[in-house]
Amino acid sequence: MTSATLPVGTVPSAGARPRRRVLPGFHLTLGYTLFYLGLIVLIPLSALLFKTFTLTWPQFWEAVTGPRVMASYRLTFGASLIAALVNVVAGLLVAWVLVRYSFPGKKIVDALVDLPFALPTAVAGISLTALLAGNGWIGQYLEPLGIQLAFQPAGVVIALIFIGLPFVVRTVQPVLEDAEKELEEAAMCLGATRWQTFSKVIFPTIAPALLTGFAMAFARAVGEYGSVIFIAGNVPMVSEITPLIIIGKLEQYDYAGATAVATVMLGISFILLLVINALQGWQRRRSGDLA
Amino acid sequence: MSIRTTESRPVRVLLIALALGFMALFLVLPLAAVFTEALRKGWDAYWEALKEPDAWSAIRLTLLTAAVAVPLNLVFGVAAAWAVAKFDFKGKSFLITLIDLPFSVSPVVAGLIYVLVFGAQGWLGPWLAEHDIKIVFAVPGIILATIFVTFPFIARELIPLMQAQGNDEEQAAQVLGASGWQTFWYVTLPNIKWGLIYGVILCNARAMGEFGAVSVVSGHIRGQTNTMPLHVEILYNEYQSVAAFAVASLLALLALVTLAIKSVVEWRHERELKAAAELPPEAPSHAPTHAPLVLKEAP
Repeated sequence: MTSATLPVGTVPSAGARPRRRVLPGFHLTLGYTLFYLGLIVLIPLSALLFKTFTLTWPQFWEAVTGPRVMASYRLTFGASLIAALVNVVAGLLVAWVLVRYSFPGKKIVDALVDLPFALPTAVAGISLTALLAGNGWIGQYLEPLGIQLAFQPAGVVIALIFIGLPFVVRTVQPVLEDAEKELEEAAMCLGATRWQTFSKVIFPTIAPALLTGFAMAFARAVGEYGSVIFIAGNVPMVSEITPLIIIGKLEQYDYAGATAVATVMLGISFILLLVINALQGWQRRRSGDLA
Repeated sequence: MSIRTTESRPVRVLLIALALGFMALFLVLPLAAVFTEALRKGWDAYWEALKEPDAWSAIRLTLLTAAVAVPLNLVFGVAAAWAVAKFDFKGKSFLITLIDLPFSVSPVVAGLIYVLVFGAQGWLGPWLAEHDIKIVFAVPGIILATIFVTFPFIARELIPLMQAQGNDEEQAAQVLGASGWQTFWYVTLPNIKWGLIYGVILCNARAMGEFGAVSVVSGHIRGQTNTMPLHVEILYNEYQSVAAFAVASLLALLALVTLAIKSVVEWRHERELKAAAELPPEAPSHAPTHAPLVLKEAP
């Protein structure tokens, strides 16, 4: 990275009168940023790729498409998809209620939305398991009905719903707050029902944010480990998530196999990251157009 | 005249009830379960579980890990935000994407990459073995993995905040003869303090609670390389439910304190924004930026 030749210190807001490097510290801060980024993130991540390249293609292919690994992809992506969809509906509902209505204790409810960000995942995992196990607070009422949630794929979905909820709420909430009431008033004046106003006026405004929240919740769910392993039961081919496959291979000293599966996961998370960035750009442009 | 842009009362009540019901089921109930399970056999059993030496060493290791990881990521976050927000250069958005990368990497993969670098079969493995240095399956690996997963927190909080602020105040300080450090301490820092506190507490919560990445590099040696979340796992798998939930309850308390500080910071920030909005436009804008604090745990 040759940063020395680049124009620096210009004022973005006053492009008409460029000033050269008014503020100090560009080389120091950018240099330190790149150094620390390289040391902590890029060099270790490249170790993953280098290790993968030591495998031959058939070895790699066998490691990432074995029947147990394929079953784990189906569970991980299926459960993440269902959980993210539930989060879209529930997240929209919670965001709507928090922005549009007032009720006692609203500020506390609002603060509580971030609990899944703040609560360590292992704590969430054992707590959800204790609730849903056959003798748990919820599980004891479900068991006589023949419903078992803990130690099943359904348990994975529940843990992922918990983990993903704040993403949708926190992306939709600011957009709903900024949405112009005038548009809704106009729609009502023109004779639209409340539902028509929601589906034709409000929904298109918040759709990009909803999609961003969905993608974020999905991406987080795909990589999630701590909250899931306690509740999943971890039965091979049935309730074993992909991150656990990596751990399993590591524990058998199959470093190559673990690396191959990890590379697939890393590739998928990188694609999801790019998708999320594109969605956020779209959302910014949309809100820019409306303003 | 105003047009009613809200739902009828029954619909409103129904939607509020549904939202609160969902949150009670998915958020409040698990939280309550932690404390109930921890105290199931009374306070004595609870204290007993916390006084245990292995629990103590797990608490100490967790505190040590956060005490190293958070300040390092704080320095990085401020440096990265200064470079990205105050200057224009090529590849800036790519740099921001790279800074975000650790959020989107699965914690298990985050742990694995350090095993590949420092493990016995890794790049530096033979050299480290020769010099009798242990990184993975020891405390340094735990700290490194924690730094990785909490890497973007503070930078992501500060970048949008400092971008929204622009450079005007810093330039004024420079013109008036302030040094770079003076500009930062007396002009920039007061403006970003809420964002900074916000980023630090979120970074700290994740650093103390990280499980997946730390689990891969820890080696799970009781009393030595066990953080609190790992200790919870061991106790839980040994069917020592009360002890597991007792340690978990400390982590849950940490989460509640984090949420409380975060809310107070948000409310104060909002109040300052409102106060700033009421100032006449020509008044010196010693007010915070107009960028609201946003929780950015973007994967």
